[in-house]
Amino acid sequence: MAKSDVKVLGAWPSPFVMRARIALKIKSVEYEYLEENLGSKSELLLKSNPVHKKIPVLIHNDKPVCESLIIVEYVDEAWSSSGPSIIPSDPYDRAVARFWAAYVDEKLFPALKSIGSGDGAEAKKAAIEQLIEGLVLLEDAFVKCSKGKPFFGGSQIGFLDIAFGCYLGWVRVTEKMNEVKLLDEVKTPGLFKWAERFCADAAVKDVMPETDKLAEFAKVLAKLRASGKWN
Amino acid sequence: MAEEVKLLKTWSSPFGLRAFWILKLKGVQFDFIDEDLSNKSPLLLQSNPVYKKVPVLIHNGKPISESLVILEYVDETWKQNPLLPEDPYERARARFWAKFGDDKVLASIWNAFIKQGKEQEEAIGLAIETLKFLEEELKGKRFFGGEKIGLPDLALGWLANLIGVFEEVIGVKLIEKERFPLLSAWMQEFAEAPVIKESWPPHEKLVTKFRAIREPYVAAAAQPK
Repeated sequence: MAKSDVKVLGAWPSPFVMRARIALKIKSVEYEYLEENLGSKSELLLKSNPVHKKIPVLIHNDKPVCESLIIVEYVDEAWSSSGPSIIPSDPYDRAVARFWAAYVDEKLFPALKSIGSGDGAEAKKAAIEQLIEGLVLLEDAFVKCSKGKPFFGGSQIGFLDIAFGCYLGWVRVTEKMNEVKLLDEVKTPGLFKWAERFCADAAVKDVMPETDKLAEFAKVLAKLRASGKWN
Repeated sequence: MAEEVKLLKTWSSPFGLRAFWILKLKGVQFDFIDEDLSNKSPLLLQSNPVYKKVPVLIHNGKPISESLVILEYVDETWKQNPLLPEDPYERARARFWAKFGDDKVLASIWNAFIKQGKEQEEAIGLAIETLKFLEEELKGKRFFGGEKIGLPDLALGWLANLIGVFEEVIGVKLIEKERFPLLSAWMQEFAEAPVIKESWPPHEKLVTKFRAIREPYVAAAAQPK
């Protein structure tokens, strides 16, 4: 299959774009990566995702797939005979993985964002507490899902590893910029070690942005937000 | 081993209704419990400790929460009358529209329902823009799932009865036939489909309930600022 048959529209700081790229790497799919300038979205992006106008978008044989977790499931299904399975094979394990993936997006990510949003010390403290509570729940989920193996998905990274792991760059940036420990060796020992393994994984390390580069980007973003130039 | 399938829901929750629909459509034998959310059962609290919400499906003692997760679990576990197509691209599209329904349609309709005055006008405008995407998606289709009911139909099905309830309470039509001919036709066809048609909670009871939910918002808006 030619490389141009598969395109990913993305932006390097986006954790959601990472999800799509990790899935494609696991399945050894060659693709063309197109970096979007989010200040000025491409015609292709607007045409491929008219509903949300957001990245990531996977375009496979000219057919667009949108929403990062939907893309991951699509990649798993479309290239099912290539590479390991991403989603668990047992329906109950799948339901558990999907549940926690939804939790991460609905609860953890907003809490993470509001730590750095500059709404005042009280709000920041509350957001940190909320995030840590969530991480403790995920620690428990990790123990149950991994069953002693290195990843949520078992011996290899799977759906929930990808869903949660994509946020690690931003977790580290938030820790650095706010001088707070979020992934704690004592409170969440399983997750702490899992995070290192995840970031070092062959499917992840080339698409995980460097913390310093991401921190620089975060500072620029904060300035743009403060000046009202970024929604 | 005898299968034990239990559904925790409430009489009015549209999310619980989705799970109820899929179990019925698949012909699965199940028991259900209508929870009183002001006095949640120990079973509910134990089965969904993270959110403490309905619906929860308990299959042979193992709990599954989050309605869209439940729909996919049921579809994968009981293979008769599949709700998702075989083709990966069509599956991705079905999931996309189900998610769009929850992330955008629900939120925009709810805002149109609770907001007052100028804010309500804006919210209604936004809801209509959101609904236009659904109208577009129905072109050439009987259901969102194609020829028969699929996952996105179950996910969006709450529109078929709750829109009427909301419109009655706020006194504003949100889905007009002239502007949304396909969506209106879909709502009617879905509402009258086998299994679905017997499941709707009583209309008047819903109107009373949602009117009561809206009261504090009306009162707050009437306060001098």
